[in-house]
Amino acid sequence: MPTMPLSGQYIHLFASVVLLLSFAMLAQRRIRTLIDLFALQGAALVCSTTIVAWTGDQPHLYYSAALTLLLKVIVLPLILYRLIDRLQLRWDTETGLHIPATMLIGLVLVVFAFGLAQPVSRLAGHVTQSTLGIAIAVVMLAFLMMITRRKAVTQVIGFLAMENGLFFAATSTTYGMPMVVELGIALDVLVGVLILGIFFFQIREQFDSLDLHHLERLREE
Amino acid sequence: MEILILLALPLGGALLLALAGAHRLAPEANVGFSLATFAVAVLLTVRVIADGPRVCCSEQFFVDPFNVFLVTLTAFVNFTTALFSRRYMRIEEHHGRLGRARLRLYHGMYQLFMFTMLLALLTNNLGLLWVAMEAATLSTVLLVSLYRSAASLEAAWKYFILCGVGIALALFGTILLYFAAERVLGHAGTDALLWTRLDAVKDQLEPTVLAIAFVFLLVGYGTKVGLAPLHNWLPDAHAEGPTPVSAVLSGLLLNVALYAVIRCKVLVEGAIGPELPGRMLMFFGILSVLLAAFMLWRQKDIKRLFAYSSIEHMGIITFAFGMGGAVANFAALLHMTVHSLTKSAIFFAVGHATQKTGSQQMADIRGLLGLSPALGWGLMLGTLAILGMPPFGVFASEFLILTTAMREQPWATPLLLLALGVAFAAVFGRTQEMVLGEHTGRRLPVPPSLLPVFVHLALVLLLGLWIPPFLADWYRLAARMIG
Repeated sequence: MPTMPLSGQYIHLFASVVLLLSFAMLAQRRIRTLIDLFALQGAALVCSTTIVAWTGDQPHLYYSAALTLLLKVIVLPLILYRLIDRLQLRWDTETGLHIPATMLIGLVLVVFAFGLAQPVSRLAGHVTQSTLGIAIAVVMLAFLMMITRRKAVTQVIGFLAMENGLFFAATSTTYGMPMVVELGIALDVLVGVLILGIFFFQIREQFDSLDLHHLERLREE
Repeated sequence: MEILILLALPLGGALLLALAGAHRLAPEANVGFSLATFAVAVLLTVRVIADGPRVCCSEQFFVDPFNVFLVTLTAFVNFTTALFSRRYMRIEEHHGRLGRARLRLYHGMYQLFMFTMLLALLTNNLGLLWVAMEAATLSTVLLVSLYRSAASLEAAWKYFILCGVGIALALFGTILLYFAAERVLGHAGTDALLWTRLDAVKDQLEPTVLAIAFVFLLVGYGTKVGLAPLHNWLPDAHAEGPTPVSAVLSGLLLNVALYAVIRCKVLVEGAIGPELPGRMLMFFGILSVLLAAFMLWRQKDIKRLFAYSSIEHMGIITFAFGMGGAVANFAALLHMTVHSLTKSAIFFAVGHATQKTGSQQMADIRGLLGLSPALGWGLMLGTLAILGMPPFGVFASEFLILTTAMREQPWATPLLLLALGVAFAAVFGRTQEMVLGEHTGRRLPVPPSLLPVFVHLALVLLLGLWIPPFLADWYRLAARMIG
């Protein structure tokens, strides 16, 4: 097997950083640190997107890297920090979480993700071949995080991490979606977080807590 | 040109009502914008009848036989729902359930929701279709939680998370589709996601990638259609939101989501053949029909009852699209139309019935005929129509679907008949109890708006007896295109 060009190695490096950060988020109990990790994951995405843009000679990817930087590294974390300050959740932790078990399930999911990506990534370009597996793994780990968490804010961070994984999938397989679509997605994510911000206050007002145990009354008798 | 005006009207309406929605005349403005949107949609329809399908704005938007009738239907139900909601929301305000600030939110979001649905229907770009579907979820989350009660917050949260996750899966499917398209169309920027371009080269798309993509797209958009087993958000969101929102969710949003699934199915079938997509649609369809039919028995809340009925009908339509072929597709398109009209009419009647009796529990709703004959008859006729009684349009489409199933998929016929029978017994029995008997209601401060109910039911009756030739032509052309 020929040695990989340096840029390809960098892409793989950042891809593994993104995956590692997903695991870190899965194991993190404190909400504040979770937001830090989310911002870091965004930063890793920006780096890898920039390198893909440079090696693949895809100027429009620079824009989408800039968009990611603005949205996922700066704006969304700021909104989330403000939100937990206003809701006084700064030191809140997630209890009732079995971390070793979650990590084990996470490992299985990663293997599964690589299996799922196999037929598609065989067709992908040389540089980005194994990153699709990582992208699917990030989506699945975020999904796992949403299932295991009981707090509304952490579920939303899981939701955003899932979006990170999808963005990563788009850059790694197709050099990014068309610009108009990416802008639309970014707008949706931003509006979504703003709406959820309003929503958190409504939940708090009603239940005096953001624990989702309160939101389990509607059931089929 | 009409396409752009059609999109600009609700968007402008949303902005204006978001700023001035607390004004006394906001409900009238809401009706005005909806009426203008409907008028432009009619104009567009007339132009399409005269000149045939068209594209506009460097192929970013398009109208073809498959989406033109859905656009008109969406604009029409949007208008009648705005008419209904004008009175309905006045009464809610009188009863002290909503303040002016909430009504501002409601009116702004209502128009925005219309905009997202029309955008989803008219866009030629599968990426924008996704963006519009997600925006449709976002614009309705705060509508579902409008009453800020514990139950409505829970319903909205469930709606957001389930549909959010679902739609994220659909995005992954869209990315895979784009990946396959790029290999055929080259790195052509936006063009590689244009449905018309993809449709022209669909037989060259990479089959493995498209098969995986379809699974994600079906599960993703299918969540929004309300297909089992990801239907959990639907009854809650319908029951806890204000009734006009239930009417547009059931009557319009589910149709639009199903439209997205079918657009994708056409492309995937071109690449991998009809076998896999058809089977998957039939499976999820029949699962939803059966599950919903049996869940109907256990309902106590009137809006949940009809929400489950929507799941059942979406299942029937999905099953029909899964069978494929000219007749089944024709029937499915007809069923989309008549279900949308009938179900929104039922929700209008249900909305006023719950206002009169002050409860959504079916046990508390009695004697509607004595209370208000028009309301009682509206609910009764609507129920008969949705249960597939002749001569209403639902009977025609269900009859076509059943007879095709007997020929093409004999195994499914007993299951469908069983589900329809169970649903009939459950819903008819309940409605009879609600309509007849001693009445215990209150007078409403504003007379209820029952005209939309009867206009819808009259249209459903008309479609059961005679389908206008241009509509039948569209159904036929669209059915051939869907394959």
